Amino acid sequence: MPRITVSVDGVTYEEEVEPRLLLVHLLRDRLGKTGTPVGCDTGNCGACTVTLDGRSAKSCSVLAVQADGSEVVTVEGLARDGRWHPMQEAFHAEHALQCGYCTPGMLMAAIDLLRDDPDPSEEAVRRGLEGNLCRCTGYTNIVRAVRRAAAEMSRAPHERMPGAAEDREAAAS
Amino acid sequence: MTEELDAGLVAGRIAESDQMSEPSAEREMGRARRRKEDARLVTGRTMWTDNIQLPGMLYVAFLRSPMAHARITGVNVSAARSRPGVVAAYSGRDLAGEQGSLPCAWPVTEDIVIPDHPPMAVDEVRYPGEAVACVVATDRYRAADALEAIAVDYEPLDPVLDMTEALAEGAPKVHEAGNRAFTWKFAGGDIDAAFRDAPVVIDRTYVQQRLIPTAMEPRAVVATTDGDGFTLYSATQIPHVLRVMLAMTTGIPEHKLRVVAPDVGGGFGSKLQVTAEEVLALLLARRLGRPVKWTESRSEGNLTVHHGRDQLQRIAVAADRDGRIRGVRVELLADMGAYLMLVTPGVPLLGAFMYNGIYKMDAYDFTCTGVFTTKMPTDAYRGAGRPEATFAIERAVDELAHELGIDPVEVRRRNWITREEFPYTTIAGLTYDSGDYEAATEKALAMFGYDELRAEQADRRERRDPVQLGIGVSTYTEMCGLAPSRVLGSLSYGAGGWEHAAVRLLPTGKVEVVTGTSPHGQGHETAWSQIAADALGVPFEDVSVLHGDTSVAHRGMDTYGSRSLVVGGVAVLAACEKVKERARELAAHLMEASADDVEFDGGRFRVRGTDEGRTIQELALAAFAAHDLPGGFEPRLDAEATFDPDNFSFPHGTHLCAVEVDTETGRCAIRSYVAVDDVGSVVNPLIVEGQVHGGIAQGVGQALFEEAVHDADGNLVTTTMADYLIPSAADLPEFTTGRTETPATSNPLGVKGVGEAGTIASTPAVVNAITDALRPYGVRDVRMPCTPERIWRALAEAEAAVPGQAPATGPAPAAVPGFAPVPTHGSTPGAAPPPAPASEPIRGFVAPATSESAPEGGAR
Ligand code: FES
Ligand code: FES
Repeated sequence: MPRITVSVDGVTYEEEVEPRLLLVHLLRDRLGKTGTPVGCDTGNCGACTVTLDGRSAKSCSVLAVQADGSEVVTVEGLARDGRWHPMQEAFHAEHALQCGYCTPGMLMAAIDLLRDDPDPSEEAVRRGLEGNLCRCTGYTNIVRAVRRAAAEMSRAPHERMPGAAEDREAAAS
Repeated sequence: MTEELDAGLVAGRIAESDQMSEPSAEREMGRARRRKEDARLVTGRTMWTDNIQLPGMLYVAFLRSPMAHARITGVNVSAARSRPGVVAAYSGRDLAGEQGSLPCAWPVTEDIVIPDHPPMAVDEVRYPGEAVACVVATDRYRAADALEAIAVDYEPLDPVLDMTEALAEGAPKVHEAGNRAFTWKFAGGDIDAAFRDAPVVIDRTYVQQRLIPTAMEPRAVVATTDGDGFTLYSATQIPHVLRVMLAMTTGIPEHKLRVVAPDVGGGFGSKLQVTAEEVLALLLARRLGRPVKWTESRSEGNLTVHHGRDQLQRIAVAADRDGRIRGVRVELLADMGAYLMLVTPGVPLLGAFMYNGIYKMDAYDFTCTGVFTTKMPTDAYRGAGRPEATFAIERAVDELAHELGIDPVEVRRRNWITREEFPYTTIAGLTYDSGDYEAATEKALAMFGYDELRAEQADRRERRDPVQLGIGVSTYTEMCGLAPSRVLGSLSYGAGGWEHAAVRLLPTGKVEVVTGTSPHGQGHETAWSQIAADALGVPFEDVSVLHGDTSVAHRGMDTYGSRSLVVGGVAVLAACEKVKERARELAAHLMEASADDVEFDGGRFRVRGTDEGRTIQELALAAFAAHDLPGGFEPRLDAEATFDPDNFSFPHGTHLCAVEVDTETGRCAIRSYVAVDDVGSVVNPLIVEGQVHGGIAQGVGQALFEEAVHDADGNLVTTTMADYLIPSAADLPEFTTGRTETPATSNPLGVKGVGEAGTIASTPAVVNAITDALRPYGVRDVRMPCTPERIWRALAEAEAAVPGQAPATGPAPAAVPGFAPVPTHGSTPGAAPPPAPASEPIRGFVAPATSESAPEGGAR
């Protein structure tokens, strides 16, 4: 069985995995990182979204072996020193979650969205989150939350997430 | 403009949130508290059922029928048993002796046919996806692998897919007893008199397509036993009801069974069920003596989570020429699917009292026949019966308005119960306690910019703009707060509708509220804390709400039917009041005053007219210490209460939707959506608004996107999220919401419930808007979901039926400024009915589908 090394939320794991093991099952069943849920089996819902080397990825659509040598951040790795990420704060403040099942993926996708577009219009948020489905909220408050977090982050940029691509580039140069 | 609006909203919200940490001197009721639940949900420290890992746990996978209807002639699981990691494999026959039958708690008529429903099929499969065998293995991959080693022989039988055909003589049978489950009737007033000589009769048939509820968390079950008792963790809305039903079904004594609903990721009625998988997980844990877990995949869920809606509705409205409704007649076929599950037959009955909507009329007649087909059973889905009823009456009233050339808002105004008339007993026998349809409608029209949009619509019609504007109105009410137990009893339901709460004042003055409701996204931990904080005068932060575990919350009726606040929240208040009375007695004793002289304010008991007082926290400690108590006073400040409502509650509101329809491509986009809801008094406006948003989205989903589709062999073809489309953020607009507030008189909080309102109101608002946009083209209806293809076909068929109509369509002289009726419709008595393009033929009732108005000399 292939042996992989993967960092998840700042902790390095060495695991032997079946080649077919999905990253999301590695996280949930092997590493106990159950903060990242599964909502479908066709890559449509986005509930399982994490960041893989700084970019959002649906962890149900990635094999664990493909994550070898990568840094994964899940919703469990967003808070810093007990302080929530501005996106977490904004989701709370805007009541952008009800059952919360879509929330981990929604947070990770939204954070990635702001990397590309730090001040997205309502339309841009809606398009950017098209791959993340929520059955509870009707999205109105999610859109508000993402824009609120954008405003907040432009005022006081949050420290970068661990594993963000720029960090690695900066470290390499 | 939207930008400005947004900025304003965001600013307002930031201002609100700045008050988040203020002390709680201010009343909690009505306050936009951020939710207590969020902390675990935004950080991933949740306990979904699938997160649970127990030592020695095994994983279950089910082999499911690839056919809609077949006789099982053989199942061989022996090869699967020797696969690596496999601990056991069973067929339905292996479990036949102990699996029993899944329960139906709502035998709506005496002669109802309730077929045996084995959790795992034994001799015959009757819907696609029905479980026929299972594997239990050491991990989920191995369990799934081993399924392919199971051999099943099927002898195909004819599928039964169409309700009308199912009822025909000689149709293939789903069950030996035939395909009719029941026929249920209800009538008020003289319906024949209402229709006799009615100047106008609107007679329509609508298809409520089959929906898949699609909670984001798939179902999951963990069952474990210590050899004596059992614990079942399940992604369920109903831990309490489930425990009772499982005890009755499995023979595990009730006191040996604990049911836990951990964090549950949405339900919308789909987790209001006693499922095959829950029963089987318990049986497997019992057989194997080890914990077992089953988690469904989404494709499995689309097949086997109970479906919703699926009714064929014929509605006839008799009216006078001024638009006054004389009577409504409804004939319903309701697809039960293959079996009757927990409340399957009751769902259409929950709509039976709602087809009269908010309107006054002389007569009402309702008949519903439940029909078996070889499909997944239907059961409660957000609104359960009431969205169907509201859709039919709101669509029909729009048709009436159009027929008479009256503005659709005006025709509603002429018929609705006026604010002075409450309480009002409707033709369906319900007493609506309070409401103000005028206020909600006025507010919605103003927020929407109704007149401006009508003007724009007229302009686009005039210009023959290929993109037409449609405006849809929906004025709804619903019966919620399920339910007065005596009413449930009169409808043959198997249980009551009360709710229970317990409140415990801990020695340090903190409060535990134990509730029988079982939230899965509704925010009860927050809202119940607000209710208790106000009632006891303690800080919001000092309250914890415990729920969802039958060993903690020992009595309950759980969460569905917009009942939690209206019944369960009121029970919390009642329990707090009892605690307060005990505290008052203790305070009086300690201060050597009479209890009548002790007043309570802001958490402090004071002897009237003096400064002497005790805080409720001091009293909690005094009760705990028990050094100096009144005679016979038990050393605790706890109480329990059960609330059984006298009446339903009746939220209402007006929803307005503007759509833009591209008449060349059929593309339809919602341009704006305004909802003004009256849900009575509000505990937490943030939560209320969220419920409305989510509800609207689900109703829009039914109108535009969602449908469970079966092929000719009866296979479900919409098994994935790529085929069954729930709305994404990109599919929906920002919803604009507002409220009016007429408190309910049926409970001391004045609350009415909000969980289902948005879903009930929005579907007809959207379809009315689409029809409104297309009327000048001769289109009278588009069947749901109104996909671009269906809209395009409806336009093409209308054009074919009346060639040259569409291009030549200009607005006819409008009876109401800005409202253009279709020019070709003959509404004169005796006029030849216009050809009626039905975009797809609707099988079912032999409806006089083309007749808009009664011929001279009387109608039917
Ligand atoms: S679980 Fe649905 S996209 Fe990954
Ligand atoms: S909050 Fe429930 S699915 Fe998004």
